[in-house]
Amino acid sequence: MVDTAVHHAEYGHHTSTGLSNNKLGMWLFLGSECLLFGGLISTYMIYRGRVGEGPRPGNVFDIPFTSVSSFVLLMSSLTMVLAVAAAQKRDDRGTTLWLTVTGLLGATFVGGQVYEFTAMYNEGLGFTTSLFGSAFYTLTGFHGVHVTVGVIMLLSLVGIIKRSRVPGDKAEVVELVGLYWHFVDIVWIIIFTLVYLIPT
Amino acid sequence: MTTTAGHTEHMEHEAHGEHAEHGMTTIGYIKVALVLAALTALEVATYFVDFGPFFMPLLLILMCVKFFIVVSYFMHLKFDSKIFSFMFYTGLFLAIGVYATFLATFKFFTA
Repeated sequence: MVDTAVHHAEYGHHTSTGLSNNKLGMWLFLGSECLLFGGLISTYMIYRGRVGEGPRPGNVFDIPFTSVSSFVLLMSSLTMVLAVAAAQKRDDRGTTLWLTVTGLLGATFVGGQVYEFTAMYNEGLGFTTSLFGSAFYTLTGFHGVHVTVGVIMLLSLVGIIKRSRVPGDKAEVVELVGLYWHFVDIVWIIIFTLVYLIPT
Repeated sequence: MTTTAGHTEHMEHEAHGEHAEHGMTTIGYIKVALVLAALTALEVATYFVDFGPFFMPLLLILMCVKFFIVVSYFMHLKFDSKIFSFMFYTGLFLAIGVYATFLATFKFFTA
């Protein structure tokens, strides 16, 4: 019985639903994030044609470059799910390897976004140039911040795993970070289509 | 005793990694990623190739398919408890409803 109690405490199954409260909380958080990004995407859709004196979306978007960035982020979802699978098999080496690869792919995406923002600024699209510029930088900037937070979480988790200081169920912690990571990926799937591929 | 027996069974499953993979193998994940990559390539192709009247519907369908593939297979919602699905989809569909109304108010769909 003592062993069972320890197991429950460790795996977080001692709940009225029989499910992990941490995981339930993460899904609730992700559901609420849909409302946040929904607001930002809707605002962009309203203002994307309000370019004023500034450049139009078609003049500043570099679709081939953004396509590569999107592909990098998409593939980071694969490496993330491989990290989760390795964690569930209690393979620490595999977990840290795939988490590190995911973090590097995420950092590559963020680097690409910084390059893209710089190029757009040099082409005359500042944050206050037009409503389109404000809405675009706010939406993609918020997403970029989410990716950056994800990269920090991934690399921190690698350090924590290497020091064997993961609190509770290691596989669940990796899965929770994974859920967050996949969420930023699905948000980008929507942004890539609605913002970049569908013209004004 | 039942709890202890269940616990023992759970530990045995853990040892064999049975419930850990949520019904997906590494090869399965790679196949899903390849499908996503192919769909992304098709999306990007719409920028270079003229799809005529199918352009917009195709992009929106591809976006939705990619979204649900990631949510179902990479985020394991297809294999996990329905409560998690409820939590997420409630937020998602609430957002879609609220912002579709918002966009309609600004005559986005008729402009």
